[in-house]
Amino acid sequence: MKEIRTIKVDALSRVEGEGGLHVRLQGDTVEEVRLSIYEPPRFFEAFLQGRPLTEVPDIVARICGICPVAYQMSCVHALERALEITIRPEVRRLRRLLYCGEWIESHGLHIHLLHAPDFFGCNSGLELVERCRDEFQRGLRIKKHGNELLEMLGGRAIHPVNVAVGGFYRAPRRVDVERLIPDFEWGLEAAVEMTRWVAEFDFPNFERDYEMVSLSHPDEYPMNEGRIVSTSGLSIDVNEYEEHFEERQVEHSTALHSVRKEDGSCYFVGPLARVNLNFDRLSPRARQVADEIGFSVPCLNPFKTIIARGLEVVHAYEEALDILRTYRPFSPSRTELRLKAGEGCAATEAPRGLIYHRFAVNDDGKVTFAKIVPPTSQNQGQIEDDLREWISAILNEKEEQMALDCERLIRCYDPCISCSTHFLKLTVDRNAAIAPPGRP
Amino acid sequence: MSALTQQTLPAITPKLRLAVFKFASCDGCQLSLLDCEDELVTIASAVEIAYFLEATSKVELGPYDIALVEGSITTPHDARRIQDVRRQSKLLVTIGACATSGGIQALRNWADHGDFLRCVYARPDYIETLATSTAIADHVPVDFELRGCPINRYQLVEVLQSLAAGRRPQTATYSVCLDCKRRGTVCVTVAQGIPCLGPITQSGCGAICPSYDRGCYGCFGPAAQPNCNSLSDHLIKTGTASAALVPLLRNYNAAAPAFRAESDRLERAEASIASEIDRVKDAH
Repeated sequence: MKEIRTIKVDALSRVEGEGGLHVRLQGDTVEEVRLSIYEPPRFFEAFLQGRPLTEVPDIVARICGICPVAYQMSCVHALERALEITIRPEVRRLRRLLYCGEWIESHGLHIHLLHAPDFFGCNSGLELVERCRDEFQRGLRIKKHGNELLEMLGGRAIHPVNVAVGGFYRAPRRVDVERLIPDFEWGLEAAVEMTRWVAEFDFPNFERDYEMVSLSHPDEYPMNEGRIVSTSGLSIDVNEYEEHFEERQVEHSTALHSVRKEDGSCYFVGPLARVNLNFDRLSPRARQVADEIGFSVPCLNPFKTIIARGLEVVHAYEEALDILRTYRPFSPSRTELRLKAGEGCAATEAPRGLIYHRFAVNDDGKVTFAKIVPPTSQNQGQIEDDLREWISAILNEKEEQMALDCERLIRCYDPCISCSTHFLKLTVDRNAAIAPPGRP
Repeated sequence: MSALTQQTLPAITPKLRLAVFKFASCDGCQLSLLDCEDELVTIASAVEIAYFLEATSKVELGPYDIALVEGSITTPHDARRIQDVRRQSKLLVTIGACATSGGIQALRNWADHGDFLRCVYARPDYIETLATSTAIADHVPVDFELRGCPINRYQLVEVLQSLAAGRRPQTATYSVCLDCKRRGTVCVTVAQGIPCLGPITQSGCGAICPSYDRGCYGCFGPAAQPNCNSLSDHLIKTGTASAALVPLLRNYNAAAPAFRAESDRLERAEASIASEIDRVKDAH
């Protein structure tokens, strides 16, 4: 009988939230890969029902402390569609500015504190300090810029208070906006240096034939609006999302798995998908850096997502600078709401990828239905599929090393488990005279 | 090293061993520790991060000197795990609204749990959760509570520095109103008639919301001796519907005793008015 082995990671580290991995091997065959998310569910879709729609941006922020803006942006667009109101162009620009802040903060965090340590054999960003003090300190400064932008425009970096359905509670003062410009000028150059730094990392040779999915907009790099497109030629309006993508519940996870409805296949969202599908709309400096470091699309190596994050940080700085420099205060800061029953959906680009919201509201301005599909639940199936192939390539390693390598691959996706539960624990089972998982 | 050198060296205070644990939460409060960009390297040199899954793959076993606990208790497994965290920790500090009052997920305490499960999951039988979301202090003794949704990172630094120095952390328990006065923010309730929980909410955020032209929504939970009843009366008299005050009190600190009692009182009052109206209608 072939040897049966299990590889287990009980609690994945340097990811946001709690999950594990369980892999069962029979000889050289990967029998099962389960990315199990045991983060306790918090039932946001349930308790949003009956709440005043004006509270929704504050409530959905609490799904995730790392990317609250992604939730706020998606819900305001969905609710504005339900109410059939249009927003001012100034609001649209400031929303992009707010998203730039979150991309800079979240990518800065992931690159330096969560992901880069893997390329140096370090356990944490704080160990990385000993190896790359200047790069790490530069990273903290970049991350801080993201937070400062969120604080200026949103009131605070975690769970900003200034986002309202229809606009902002208060338009920022010009002096507060302009104060950020010198730091962002420095930061743009720092982000360029950072991207050159990560591009020199030693990347495993691992490529897959992904279907990558992201928003796409003809005139701009996607953040708040666009069509949903994929590398397999899909191009749909956001209204058609649920006709093409579906969430399924799996037994080993408190997060729902999203799949392509047509064939149940998995797909890939996130910075690498965005860069691949929208490369020509990156800012001039980001494209220039990409050329300089020899980064070209399509790039199908998930480990190189760290480069995609770098390019997006460069883009976010450049776009933020443009908005900061041209900002003029405006009034009123939000479109007045006319309550009416309706339904609306929206998709935006969270740091970790496409995020979809759909709400229904009644005449009293209360939420009657909420559906939220975060990026990590969309990537979860793809991560498991990647792991199956990745493990076949590292079968000769000891269990301990295999577990570490699996975690490295998982981290490329920057999974946000808090988000997906509505995430993540690694167990590798090489001893399967065992009943099927979950049914001992 | 010779015995002689050992004797002549001054005693080295060992670094405090810090652990960060997560229960049901959004990760935002532990992120606040990583958001101390200017202080992060200093903090890491002052304490030994022994367990902090979000930040490091190095996992050291307890006991720990300080445990920071984020999140609320919502599963039978977590109700057992917090007992283990308490046993391993000399000082247990809860951080954030989830850990100190049950968080937004405590809204389930007012609802039918089965309905909630069916609403999100097609197969509720795969999900093991409790019918309530409760604060850490409802399960184990807590040495210090740091409020906020999210916590204020400067208060977190103060807590870590104080505990490292062996003194009790100082965080204000007065209301947000005082912070508005300090900032020079014109009262949004008085000047604009916007409902604001500032008078009954603990200081800590820096009175952000009123400075953005909106009312406080209570992220830091009840201040010391809050007069919730009086605030509701004032807001109702000045035009806020009492039905609108219930969701305002029932959000990120919904299960904090003072907020819970007030939202329940308002709800009961609403219900009795409604039944009175029905009675009068029936009589006609």
